[in-house]
Amino acid sequence: MGVLDPLVELVRGLWITLKSMGEKPVTIQYPEEKRPVRQRFRGRHVLKRYDNGLEKCIGCSLCAAACPADAIFVEAAENTDEKRFSPGERYASTYEINMLRCIYCGYCEDACPTEAIVLGDNYELSFYDRRSAIYTKEMLLEPVPASAMLTPQKVDAGIYTRSVPEMEDPHD
Amino acid sequence: MISDWTLWLEWFIKSLVLIFALLGGFAYLTWYERRALARIQTRIGPNRAGPFGLLQPIADAIKLVFKEELTPARAYKFVFFLAPILTVVPSIIIAAVIPWGRSINVFGRVINLYLADINVGVLYFMSIAAIAVYGIVLAGWSSNSKYAMLGGLRSTAQMISYELSLGISIIPILLLSDSMRMVDIVEKQTTWWFVVIQPVGALIFWIATLAEVNRAPFDMPEAEQELTAGYHSEYSGMKFALFFMAEYQKMIVICAVMAVFFFGGYLGPGVDQFPLLGPVYMFIKIVLLLFAMIWVRATWPRLRYDRLMSFGWKVLVPLSLAIVLITATGILLVEELNRPELIWTIPAASVIVGLIPVVTIFRTLRRLYYGRA
Repeated sequence: MGVLDPLVELVRGLWITLKSMGEKPVTIQYPEEKRPVRQRFRGRHVLKRYDNGLEKCIGCSLCAAACPADAIFVEAAENTDEKRFSPGERYASTYEINMLRCIYCGYCEDACPTEAIVLGDNYELSFYDRRSAIYTKEMLLEPVPASAMLTPQKVDAGIYTRSVPEMEDPHD
Repeated sequence: MISDWTLWLEWFIKSLVLIFALLGGFAYLTWYERRALARIQTRIGPNRAGPFGLLQPIADAIKLVFKEELTPARAYKFVFFLAPILTVVPSIIIAAVIPWGRSINVFGRVINLYLADINVGVLYFMSIAAIAVYGIVLAGWSSNSKYAMLGGLRSTAQMISYELSLGISIIPILLLSDSMRMVDIVEKQTTWWFVVIQPVGALIFWIATLAEVNRAPFDMPEAEQELTAGYHSEYSGMKFALFFMAEYQKMIVICAVMAVFFFGGYLGPGVDQFPLLGPVYMFIKIVLLLFAMIWVRATWPRLRYDRLMSFGWKVLVPLSLAIVLITATGILLVEELNRPELIWTIPAASVIVGLIPVVTIFRTLRRLYYGRA
């Protein structure tokens, strides 16, 4: 410690702040520029489809049962081969998630037997009133590549008899 | 005495220009400070309203105008209303004595680039700067709030203490320039700026002005984190904006005064041929000095109140008195021995004397940290 230290340290501080002026700002210009979310990020839910466009959700309500915040409401209806929404006997005719109640714990994802509900990467959830916080099935369902694959589909009888498909082990 | 109505018109126009320049300067100083601070902290700063965020001050002004104004119950209404005005007005009228350049010729009429050429301009500056203390103490007292009251007292004590060393640190300038007229002070700096001849005086003036306009690291009056703002705790809306305005206008004005006293005012290369360059040089100097203020705010932490007071009374006041003595002796040496080069004894002796408090502070710190003298 030198005698001139009280002065030197003050000037050293000034020099450090001046140097930092030349650095690149760390700011991310949010609405224009978005930082990618983490791999296991739990954002807004997405209802998945199979490759042929059929919905994975079979309306079993296990997600609603697993939900600790009671945010999910599911109502099931019968599938027919004329109007088929999902494989197996039943599909979700109503599927609603109240985004104000949801705590994004991901238990619904774990409970789902068909991996139909997945917490996606969308975190931009904002509403003007409580009504619009309830996301319906149309809003949650993922889009299909071609309009021919939209549900309900007319399919040949006897193909989609099983509700729960053969599944691989989950992997990230 | 003054029968020429065009002179009245000239004064009127010059006052208007000055007031609008200060108001606009205040608005864009907030933008400048926020941008500069952001860059120092490796952020971007306001950039949404308009290109580079240039419309941000207008957005802020609209927001402040439309905010609700609260008056605390049992506040002294008249004084509560008067205090912000008492703070703003001095900060604007100080600018009257600041010379912005030499005279220019407009359509055959000689116009001086300053509003008032008072022969005691320095005294005017000191006295008007002192009035601002009233605004603060009255704001604190009339709010009927103990926080505002204590904050006001604290700020007043600080401002009065530092005004002392501010005033004394100007005396070397008066001795060197042999005049109290601002224009004379500037014209005396054609060979050397006074910051070269009296660097320690400039430093003391700078520190005292930081305390005088309540800037970091002496921003005790608005220490939001530890002291609930202070004298303007109870103010909101436009009245609060007036305090804010006063602070930033005082920053501009005091940087202008600093430029006049120590950095040659409007002097610069080519100002003899083109007098209009004078205001440009003033502007550049003011912007650089303002940057120094912002830079200091971004760097140094706030002083503790007792240390602030003891620094003011035990370091700055004796040091500035010593500086006065040294300057007077130097000038006497030059005059008696008739050797102009002896003027350099002033900066040399000043720097040596200026090192004494540095050494003393070093010894105090060492005693505090290691328990030995």
